[in-house]
Amino acid sequence: MSPSGIWDAFTDPNLDGPAQLWVHLRLSLLALAVATALGIAIGILAAKTGRAAAFALVAFSNLGRTIPTFALMALVVALSSIGERPALVGLIALAVPPVLLNTITGIREVDRGVVEAARGMGFTPAAVLTRVELPMALPLLFAGIRIAAIQIVATAALAAAVGAGGLGVLILSGLANSNDQVLLAGAIPTALLALGIGGLLAVLQRLLTPRGLRLAARRGPRAAPHTPRTAA
Amino acid sequence: MAEPIRWDWIERHTDDITRLTVEHVQITAISVVLAVAIAVPLGVLVRNRRLPFAAAAGVSDVLYTIPSLALFAALVPLIGIGDTPAIIGLVAYALTMLVRNTVVGLQAVPAAVREAATGMGLTPRQTLLRVELPLAIPAIMAGVRLATVSTVGIATIAVFVGGGGLGELIWTDGIQRQLFLTPILVGTVCATVLALALDALLVLAERLATPWTRVRAAR
Repeated sequence: MSPSGIWDAFTDPNLDGPAQLWVHLRLSLLALAVATALGIAIGILAAKTGRAAAFALVAFSNLGRTIPTFALMALVVALSSIGERPALVGLIALAVPPVLLNTITGIREVDRGVVEAARGMGFTPAAVLTRVELPMALPLLFAGIRIAAIQIVATAALAAAVGAGGLGVLILSGLANSNDQVLLAGAIPTALLALGIGGLLAVLQRLLTPRGLRLAARRGPRAAPHTPRTAA
Repeated sequence: MAEPIRWDWIERHTDDITRLTVEHVQITAISVVLAVAIAVPLGVLVRNRRLPFAAAAGVSDVLYTIPSLALFAALVPLIGIGDTPAIIGLVAYALTMLVRNTVVGLQAVPAAVREAATGMGLTPRQTLLRVELPLAIPAIMAGVRLATVSTVGIATIAVFVGGGGLGELIWTDGIQRQLFLTPILVGTVCATVLALALDALLVLAERLATPWTRVRAAR
């Protein structure tokens, strides 16, 4: 087992690692885009329409997060069919809750005084939402998107188990045939892809945080409690 | 399209379902206990030091980001298949929640309480063991609960490296047999109920371990 051996396995035309990497990336990005749009839209609606709806959604999402992601995806696929679209539905289903929860919490935690001040200055409700509440909720919202992304990339490796392709194909093939080179040709790019996307989003999160909030955060506590995820 | 649930299959396989559930609990319990044994002392060591804390949090965050299937599989060439690669991976995932929550809990102990302990003649070691750690229990337990629920979920992947557990119902009995719905559903329900049950158990354990919080609430 050597780096060149792993590279050869990755580029082997029978396994076609580069193509699986592309499938993996496409599945992940599609799922993330849809889940983010859905999560934010439902989150805004819930935060605006009252406590009962938001409470029900939060409770439902929290319960949803105790369902193992692999099980959720297997279930979606078993209830429809094998292939890319059911896998995509599974990935979206597991990624909506973190975005949704963080949108609701983010909007709710905006200082009411700031919102009142904006209203007093003559902001319309839509302007309050887009120019005050959403920018202030952005750090938390983005943290939710990051959790969702990490979860999606991780679970996309399992898409191979339900016939949707991706880098998991190489991992499962390596495990099934006790071929360490093939296994690592899948596992190493999967890990690097997840770390790359995680790192990229961490940088984006910093850049997107309004400067005032960044300064406020610096004065805050050093260690933040861990934000949960029940990932794959 | 979806087939009906095969209750007869469930009846014939109750023993297997029980065995796999017990296996799942074992994998989860071993992993969480090991992770606590590593994370709490680590949290105590780094709590007041900025750089070591950043290093511990950073490394455990990186580990957490690696997809479980990739991490479990990458351990196989080193240690072979079975429970071991799964447990090592699960411990790695639980670290980030536990280290952070331990440090948050210890940092939240009011300075006045610490000074009072010193004033009463407690050594730093006694202060840690008798005052700071007990006061940090709620934060640490919050981490243990998160870690347990997430470990139950990720342990369903152990089946791919020969680690058994409820993933066997989903993968070996379900997906690999032309997407047989019943075992997949049973595995999902068992894992979810298990996560909720262990979480409830930990809430109970925390209440027993911190009687003073109830006294405060009663007043």
